[in-house]
Amino acid sequence: MVKEVICKDRLAQLETVMDEHKGKKGCLMPILHESQKIFGCIPLGVQKVIADATGIPMAEIYGVVTFYSHFSIEPKGDFVIGVCMGTACYVKNAGKILDDFVKQANVKVGETSEDGKFTLEATRCIGACGLAPVITINEDVYGRLKADAQEVADILAKY
Amino acid sequence: MKSLQELENLKLQSQKLVNLRLGDRQNSPHKHHVLICQGTGCVSAKATVIEEAFHEHLAKHNLTEDVVVARTGCFGICEAGPVVIVYPEGAFYSHVTPEDAERITKNHLVEGNVVTDLLLEGSSVGDKIIPINEIPFYKKQKRVSLALCGLINPENILEYIAFDGYKALAKAVLEMSPKAIIDEIKESGIRGRGGGGFSTGRKWEFTMNTQADQKYIVCNGDEGDPGAFMDRSILEGDPHAIIEAMAIAGYAVGANQGYVYVRAEYPIATNRLQIAIDQAKDFGLLGKNIFESDFNFDLEIRLGAGAFVCGEETALLNSIEGQRGMPNPRPPYPAVEGLWGKPTVINNVETFSNIPQIILNGAKWFSDMGTEGSNGTKVFALGGKIKNTGLIEVPMGITLREVIFDVGGGIPNGKKFKAVQTGGPSGGCLTEEHLDTPIDFDNLTRLGAMMGSGGMIVMDEDNCMVDIAKFFLEFTVDESCGKCAPCRVGTKKMLNILNRITSGTSEMAELDRLEELAKNIKISSLCGLGQTAPNPVLSTLKNFREEYEAHVKDNKCPSGVCKDLLNYFILDTCIGCTLCTRHCPVNAITGEKKEVHHIDTKTCIKCNVCVEKCKFNAIEVR
Repeated sequence: MVKEVICKDRLAQLETVMDEHKGKKGCLMPILHESQKIFGCIPLGVQKVIADATGIPMAEIYGVVTFYSHFSIEPKGDFVIGVCMGTACYVKNAGKILDDFVKQANVKVGETSEDGKFTLEATRCIGACGLAPVITINEDVYGRLKADAQEVADILAKY
Repeated sequence: MKSLQELENLKLQSQKLVNLRLGDRQNSPHKHHVLICQGTGCVSAKATVIEEAFHEHLAKHNLTEDVVVARTGCFGICEAGPVVIVYPEGAFYSHVTPEDAERITKNHLVEGNVVTDLLLEGSSVGDKIIPINEIPFYKKQKRVSLALCGLINPENILEYIAFDGYKALAKAVLEMSPKAIIDEIKESGIRGRGGGGFSTGRKWEFTMNTQADQKYIVCNGDEGDPGAFMDRSILEGDPHAIIEAMAIAGYAVGANQGYVYVRAEYPIATNRLQIAIDQAKDFGLLGKNIFESDFNFDLEIRLGAGAFVCGEETALLNSIEGQRGMPNPRPPYPAVEGLWGKPTVINNVETFSNIPQIILNGAKWFSDMGTEGSNGTKVFALGGKIKNTGLIEVPMGITLREVIFDVGGGIPNGKKFKAVQTGGPSGGCLTEEHLDTPIDFDNLTRLGAMMGSGGMIVMDEDNCMVDIAKFFLEFTVDESCGKCAPCRVGTKKMLNILNRITSGTSEMAELDRLEELAKNIKISSLCGLGQTAPNPVLSTLKNFREEYEAHVKDNKCPSGVCKDLLNYFILDTCIGCTLCTRHCPVNAITGEKKEVHHIDTKTCIKCNVCVEKCKFNAIEVR
């Protein structure tokens, strides 16, 4: 499924953001953060626009975008499933939960399902260790999971 | 804000906002304060919905004038979340649901009867409420960094000022010389809480003594250690303390600009910090001519973007500059040549959070706490197989046993303590025999672990130590920035060996090779990430060598974790219900109805479905 990522509206938003940051020292990171929010990813087309506006070489921008895991070049699915793999969750069976999502949502870790519905990520510690093991789906948080297959099925059924 | 007097006046006015929480009923315009923990853990468990529910029920009972509902930072006991404390009684409600708001409002706030069945276990005897600092979880704690977390509303600067907020900044700017401040910090003996443990005062001194037209103060809030969340909680619960401390640092070393680098994964912390910065600017506590002196200081937030290596100071500075977050060789140290080549003080969030109180109470007050060489307190994040998961602050020198069993409440489900991992991916595993060692920087390093940022993950008999070492190494392999070969290639090679060990294709000689490789990576890597990455492997090799040997020699995982070494067997207690046969995806289970079944271990893919389906616990994994 191909999604329309770059469109006029979004480019106009990017323009506003760049006007605000351009010329400031170290402006690239804040601009990339905003781009990730606006477009849901930072594809080459967007990087080119940023390069033209800021004068930072595109190779450098590409280098920065691919270095940080928070930035992505490909768009993500409608629902981003984040299975926390922080230590506190890991020792409480988060690995098994991740496996269950791979099987049941039919998507590999770090990838998006073919219908564009789910993206599955093994995330770094989200700091909700008191709720371990914990997963997030977009803004929703599910904590103190029991790590059985039925529970994962019940969660997925809501989306 | 023009003078100390003006700040003192504001403090006097603001105290009525918080008096009730200190037990002073006379000087409070309200009958009750309802404090709702809104740290990330409790927010994830619907704390914001609970807040709305309270507002709704208070309106119903016409109590909106008499009762204050305040959102606070983390109380520390995340396991009991969502947590709500009602003052002046100090009733500590745990595991609160939005529905409970109605009962608490009606029974407690209207009728004056504490809802005893919702109180935290151990926080009351019969109907009598125990003061919070005598609850077992808090009894051995000493809260300095976390003193105001859970006591004030971090989104209201007046509540911070009511507890002497910004008084240290006033004292520093109006009454102290930069050198006097640095001497005070040096004398307190405070060491960096981010992992390195370097003397904070000396760091500041280097920057003060370096001549430059521009200097910077940077706060390292890129808390990447999995299982550590103290920096986030401080930023969420007491952001003004960080702002105040950075301004003091700015005055001491001669910097007029600061940056707080926060993980992008911490939206609540970022948001509260921004609110706090804006308020501080409105009150003239940031900006130009602070307290009518010629001292100017401004602060900006910079977001990380998901790279663990950015917790290393030179990598972090490169990231602020808008580059890939890769470390530089040191020297030159940032104190001399840092952000954009200018002298830069870079300290961790928890370190900064101690500074205002050192200035207010004096160096001696601080150095009286803790042990020789490790003064003060340390915040630890307790996680894993421990009853009271959460955030604690204890004096340095407390033993692991006190932390895990007295404060942490021990291991749940009657399991046996096996190890505690301190310092995250850079740290090591400690065992039963180390439980009575006093915790401080030097002791932990000596034992092959590390203070790190203070993550403490407890493991029980069900955790395989080889698997844990592999887990951390996967993390560092993934997070290695790739700049130097020992870290980039070496950690990958170590991981390959561990993969062979956990899949039963290794040999004994490889254990020695693993150890040798680990030691070489430690001495030859460019930055802290590579230099400490082998620690989890080295410490488990030292303390749990027999587990490694069981994997290699006997092809067995004693804890039953490493999948490739496990086999599934059906016990005689099988009644032949055929449920497992029907669910096995590869038809590896055979057997007649009402007879004991059998698993063909060669066909079995170890998916665990049969174990989950069996209602008679008749399948054993060994």
